[in-house]
Amino acid sequence: MTIDWTHFTPGLALAGGMVIGIATALLLLLAGRIAGISGIVGGLFKLHKGDMGWRIAFITGLILAPWLWQLFNKLPPIQIDTSYAVLAIAGLIVGLGTRYGSGCTSGHGVCGLSRMSPRSAVATLTFMSTGVVTVYLIRHLLG
Amino acid sequence: MITILIALLSGLVFGIGLILSQMANPAKVLSFLDITGSWDPSLAFVMLGAISIGMLAFTLARRRGQTYQGSPIQLPTSRVIDKRLVLGSLAFGIGWGLAGICPGPGLVLVGTGSLHGMVFVAAMLLGMAIFELLERYRARK
Repeated sequence: MTIDWTHFTPGLALAGGMVIGIATALLLLLAGRIAGISGIVGGLFKLHKGDMGWRIAFITGLILAPWLWQLFNKLPPIQIDTSYAVLAIAGLIVGLGTRYGSGCTSGHGVCGLSRMSPRSAVATLTFMSTGVVTVYLIRHLLG
Repeated sequence: MITILIALLSGLVFGIGLILSQMANPAKVLSFLDITGSWDPSLAFVMLGAISIGMLAFTLARRRGQTYQGSPIQLPTSRVIDKRLVLGSLAFGIGWGLAGICPGPGLVLVGTGSLHGMVFVAAMLLGMAIFELLERYRARK
């Protein structure tokens, strides 16, 4: 293992993480909802009347965030080297997996670990592990 | 109505956090997952920052029992660790490792106008819709 010190940005990462925490606190303490993105998006497909508005509003906020950012600053670099075909497969797996697993990085990783849920700890360990293994296979075994 | 505005604001702030932390940069996420290569551990600090605030918020939520609007706080009730949880999370990790994108950053990427982000999110929505259909089919049987 070698650490990539040139790209290491712990300060920005910590600050960004705290901003994510603040967003989570806002939604929890003012709206009574968990900021789990896959749950918020997936819940739309249940088509429950009266339960759609806040979901759509939250998703709209996420989509508008880069626009708000750009009013004040240039976006930081965003680099995607993955082909469209692989992105489509990945998206499909992420959609199915997060719904069967009842959560993603935000719902299990941030909210679940914050409230010390054993279920979320298992989920987070599981997806982190398969994420690491997948990258290892692609970059070092196949690539 | 106020709940809708809070959700919009929370989504905006959440997205700003994802951009600031570079969680919305798939290359950065993949270098975080690449622990045997040239490892960039930055994103561990995102979790640290988010959880430090999150723990305060959830402690406060538990103590109050309701929101500052007086409405109930809806926390997950399931406590079982079953096959669905583990296999679902296992699959999610594979998808995350393939693209370096999870649901939140996917939506932020759509907002940047990235076609790559749009392809990912469209496929993700399809996956979620398939899940819902399969669940309904299962419930009917």
